[in-house]
Amino acid sequence: MRILVCVKRVPASGGAPQLNADGLDVRHLAFTVSPHEECAIEEAVRLVAEHGGSVTVLTVGPVEADEQLRYAISMGADDGVLVDTGTGELDPQATAAVIVDAVGDLETAAGPFDLMFFGNESPDAGHYQVGVRVAVATGRPMVGGVKGIEVDPGLSRVRLRRDVPAGVEVYETPLPAAVAVKEGLNLPRYPSMRGRLRARKASATVVRAAVSAGGLRKVRLRLPEEKQSETVLLGHGAAAAPAVVDVLQELEVL
Amino acid sequence: MVLAFVDLDAGSLTPSATETLTLARELASTRGEPLRAMTFDDSGRHDDAPTAAELTTYGVVRWFRVAHPLLDAYSPELWGAASAQLVRTLAPSAVVASAGDRTTEVMAQTAARLDLPLAANCTTITATASGDEWRLTRVRNGGMLLEDAELVASTALFTVAAGAIEPAPASVVGDLTTETFSPVLDDTLPHARVIERTTRGDGVTLASARVVVSGGRGVGGADGFAPLEELAELVGGAVGCSRVATNNGWRPHRDQVGQTGTKVNPDLYIACGISGATQHWVGCMGAKHILAINTDPDAPLVSRATYAVIGDVGEVVPAVVAEIRRRTPSPLPLPAPGVGADGHDGDRPDL
Ligand SMILES: Cc1cc2nc3c(=O)[nH]c(=O)nc-3n(C[C@H](O)[C@H](O)[C@H](O)COP(=O)(O)OP(=O)(O)OC[C@H]3O[C@@H](n4cnc5c(N)ncnc54)[C@H](O)[C@@H]3O)c2cc1C
Ligand SMILES: Nc1ncnc2c1ncn2[C@@H]1O[C@H](COP(=O)(O)O)[C@@H](O)[C@H]1O
Repeated sequence: MRILVCVKRVPASGGAPQLNADGLDVRHLAFTVSPHEECAIEEAVRLVAEHGGSVTVLTVGPVEADEQLRYAISMGADDGVLVDTGTGELDPQATAAVIVDAVGDLETAAGPFDLMFFGNESPDAGHYQVGVRVAVATGRPMVGGVKGIEVDPGLSRVRLRRDVPAGVEVYETPLPAAVAVKEGLNLPRYPSMRGRLRARKASATVVRAAVSAGGLRKVRLRLPEEKQSETVLLGHGAAAAPAVVDVLQELEVL
Repeated sequence: MVLAFVDLDAGSLTPSATETLTLARELASTRGEPLRAMTFDDSGRHDDAPTAAELTTYGVVRWFRVAHPLLDAYSPELWGAASAQLVRTLAPSAVVASAGDRTTEVMAQTAARLDLPLAANCTTITATASGDEWRLTRVRNGGMLLEDAELVASTALFTVAAGAIEPAPASVVGDLTTETFSPVLDDTLPHARVIERTTRGDGVTLASARVVVSGGRGVGGADGFAPLEELAELVGGAVGCSRVATNNGWRPHRDQVGQTGTKVNPDLYIACGISGATQHWVGCMGAKHILAINTDPDAPLVSRATYAVIGDVGEVVPAVVAEIRRRTPSPLPLPAPGVGADGHDGDRPDL
């Protein structure tokens, strides 16, 4: 089976965001892909190991996103495609349109994808829609929030499990299909030494794309107000235990 | 008109639906347009009167019940196609929905089918009196940042972040007309559908617990969680963890608190050996009180916490557990009858 995984290069910092006139100051930040998308890569690699086929990773963004494609290849993906749209932020309609064009080219060249994987939401922009737009444009059913995937042996249908506030829902859909996954679907592997070597030698295909903007435009980013409060130091080490239990009693949780 | 996509739970408005309706009504009134509502109901319930009464309270004047045999089980594509048909027919200036899993999914399907922009997780939306320009603020990075944005569209689609709006019934209510909208649907449209649903049993869940005892890298390993579990048990709470604990296989992912885990809102969040990276912080910032236990007095979570203990979690948590046992009469058998947990006759008043 042929599987496509869409990944986005995003800042990895866990520190307080620094903003400048253009938005997030990313000069000193490391980059990564979302945990959701890491699980998508892992699942694709496992499915191909079981059923045969290949995993293609696609990213839309600056040329530096090559780093994220190589990471996916080091985890076991077969090849990477980078659509170079520069460093500016695209709105979700534009991103989806670029992906749809790229998918068209990839499918013309090597046949249709049986599965397309997305993250449930991008960790920075969080539009919750790029995957659905691509799925609709390419005529595929799509389920989001997925934490369990079971492909039938005939490769014609797939069962998808998602958590909802009340419990669990199981979906069935014919293939080809698209799926947006959430972390918890699996435990992604750490890239092996062999994988890393392969990724170093691999060459991602880089294509350029014309972008036409959609109807949503970011004006600026800002920090939400946070209530500042002094931290009450209850003490050091085991000696602080009585003070801690006083607090538990005060808060009536005991 | 402004169209509210109202999600129902067994025929009743969900809390997020009341928030959605409140915001949608404000937008409608700014623009001098009527408020209408669209609902899907897969609960098998057919008594409309209570739903109609609730919608009227929130200022809805016309209610479209979307109904078709193919919609009786939830399907993102079929619900999305039906919603897109109604939106195309009504051509509202805006469609507003809550940011739940399903509502977001159906709104994205609608946006995709009509090639309209959709702004997700809005906290404020400002309408101009006419025209097709909107200003909004939306949540980004799981709650770490806000984005001010502009949206231009013949029909603008929005989802509203949970808790962003204080729900309020309308001060003036009119008469409600109810209509059934029957979309044209085709079973051959490739679609996913729900084939099975299981309901979670009761019991303390991470999302609903009053106390969450969470561990991170500082706990040191899977075994290190034993005292945290003991503490959670004593306070009737749940155990949580950071992504480092999940990634190392110390805890299952369902315990993970944070941007890509669960968001918690307990009265007390006890963070043991967790630094407080922003992606973790957005998952626990809803807690009323935070107690951080950390060797590093400068860890971000220590600075943001209500209370802190500086020290090794491996020493502090067992000491807290022992102190609780010393103070409270335990229903569990103690190591030796009449002997305190710390090994000698304690001064436990109730024993
Ligand atoms: C897109 C994205 C999404 C993410 N989503 C999540 C998420 O949902 N949840 C999440 O948690 N993380 C998430 N992360 C990861 C996050 O950025 C951090 O890497 C993670 O939260 C760090 O976990 P930690 O605090 O346990 O570890 P560290 O950051 O390594 O902190 C360990 C802390 O333990 C303290 N410590 C060490 N030894 C002891 C001891 N003996 N006693 C007491 N204290 C000790 C240290 O001083 C330190 O403060 C995400 C990251 C990205 C990029
Ligand atoms: N620039 C991008 N390049 C590749 N995939 C993307 C990009 N942006 C979003 N996606 C995919 O779409 C998912 C949802 O993104 P979003 O709609 O922004 O929340 C992400 O998890 C990715 O799988």
